[in-house]
Amino acid sequence: MTSPLEQKKIRIAGPSVVTANRTWDGIVVYRTAGKSWSAELSEAAIVRNSDEAKALLAEAVADDVGAIGPYIAPVQIGDDGKVLPGNLREQIRRTGVTIGQPAQI
Amino acid sequence: MYAYDEIDRTLVNERVSEFRDQVKRRLSGELTEDEFKILRLQNGVYLQLHAYMFRVAIPYGTLATNQMRALAHVARKYDRGYGHFTTRQNIQFNWIKLAELPDALADLAKVGIHAMQTSGNNMRNVTSDQWAGVAPGEIEDPRIWSELIRQHTTLHPEFSFLPRKFKIAITASDHDRAAIRIHDIGLRLIKNERGETGFEVLVGGGLGRTPFIAKTIKHFVHGRDILSYIEAILRVYNQYGRRDNIYKARIKILVHELGIEKFSREVEDEWQQIRNSSLQLDDEMIEDIRSRFTYPAYEKLPHMPDELRQAAADPDFEAWRKNSVAPHKVQGYSIVTISLKPTGGPPGDATAEQMDALADLADKYSFGEIRVGHEQNLALPHVAKRDLPALWKALDKLGLATPNVNLITDIIACPGLDYCSLANARSIPIAQELTRRFANHELANLIGRLHINISGCINACGHHHVGHIGILGVEKNGEEVYQITIGGRADENAALGTLIGPGVKFDEVADVVEDIVEAYLALRERPEELFMDTVKRLGVEPFKERVYATR
Repeated sequence: MTSPLEQKKIRIAGPSVVTANRTWDGIVVYRTAGKSWSAELSEAAIVRNSDEAKALLAEAVADDVGAIGPYIAPVQIGDDGKVLPGNLREQIRRTGVTIGQPAQI
Repeated sequence: MYAYDEIDRTLVNERVSEFRDQVKRRLSGELTEDEFKILRLQNGVYLQLHAYMFRVAIPYGTLATNQMRALAHVARKYDRGYGHFTTRQNIQFNWIKLAELPDALADLAKVGIHAMQTSGNNMRNVTSDQWAGVAPGEIEDPRIWSELIRQHTTLHPEFSFLPRKFKIAITASDHDRAAIRIHDIGLRLIKNERGETGFEVLVGGGLGRTPFIAKTIKHFVHGRDILSYIEAILRVYNQYGRRDNIYKARIKILVHELGIEKFSREVEDEWQQIRNSSLQLDDEMIEDIRSRFTYPAYEKLPHMPDELRQAAADPDFEAWRKNSVAPHKVQGYSIVTISLKPTGGPPGDATAEQMDALADLADKYSFGEIRVGHEQNLALPHVAKRDLPALWKALDKLGLATPNVNLITDIIACPGLDYCSLANARSIPIAQELTRRFANHELANLIGRLHINISGCINACGHHHVGHIGILGVEKNGEEVYQITIGGRADENAALGTLIGPGVKFDEVADVVEDIVEAYLALRERPEELFMDTVKRLGVEPFKERVYATR
């Protein structure tokens, strides 16, 4: 498999985070500034240019035991500083499915 | 039901031990994800948006009740209390933890269920007609041949690293419920003029980015030669199939590029070298497999029992019976389809409680057997007609008596962007909205047979190309956009649908389907003319005009 770092030149259009899935249970996690993973988007390290993004991704890729499939995902920063997912896919990853799960119907 | 022998049980148990060790090494860091990925895929473990997804095989769609209870147990203990039945006679669990997967597999192995080859570039679950063995007019039970092929191809080293995944489906009835024409190999069980069992072999079907309907490669292959013929096809595919481009790696592309004549010559040359080898099946082998399938001890029952006559006065029961109950090959019995498409529900999902309760009902009313169909519904294959009223009441209490089989709300849908890492758009909410729009069963029956298929990306897991109405979700400028096709079908007259025009937004999809249905109701010559017949007679233009006149 090609490393995410080699796949293409990393360009970001705005504030972004590095996200992945935690290895042992698969839950969505975000790379933090403290070189670890958090399930909270609010604790994610925010990168704002390609060099920062590449560095954060490289660090995430190196932690192969902690989480798998890391990639850069866009976020939006609200006026109150709150970090929000930058697209529908990431919104669903953060908040869960947009449907009622059958056990809840 | 089929009874596994000691070899099967040992194989399944050894596989669990092997995977347990692989998971342990992965979690300790001894294996990297790159090293581990192919191993987990070979055991049905994907990584999806929120979590790992675990796909379990239900070979040829046959489940015993202890197996259904084991699936319920996995849903309850290791997942979030439900599972999703797929379009290929598998079940998927969406929230499984890698660390707990070996235990889940071990629990399933106790009842002979596994996840081998439910993913990866190998021979996938061999599927068949969910009415196999009970359908009137069936030539013979296709599961015997499905099982032979399953045994031959499971962990077969030559088929474990194919250019791409490979799917086989088998039918033995005139009406194709197994969608064989959209499979890599489709087998139609037939008899020759001497009354010998064999197969019409079709090859190169498939959907996805480049859809093709399978072509007949050989009109009759004798049953004793079916393994060698399949092996010859796979050898040609293994030799010439592309490995440099994932989008051109399926056998359908090879068949298309070589042409069916050249491809069939290559297969014939290969076959002549191996057909008289140990791959040739003798009657003893076939009978050994056949003997492991057990059939119920049916009673002699009347065609029209009193219980059924009395229940006919209840219009709700009659609506369900007319919709969901089909003739059985044995007098006094019926095949009951159980819709997993309740109004507002995700297509194909069942809760652990429903699975357990269905197992109880199957024990009580269907000789302990349940079937899974590619339309994401279940079936009880051996229900005495006298038991239909009691079964209906029990199913209704479980929310499993929606009388919409083969109607507009019996929607096939992939998990879409709500679960799938490949998806570009959501599928399930579209299906949910459509089931609400057409929740009135009188309206649905007025419309008649109409299949809607929804996929959340071009990989077409929802089989949108062969939906009477097909809906494909794509992403355009950050928004979900849906392309609509009409005129597709997956049965013995399989055809790909035709795009009717530009894509529409998420909120417009249900309105567009309503427009298409209204156009059909206005255009059909008589109530018996089905949607597909109207599309065939008039083409897509009148529907296109209706949909886009005001958009």
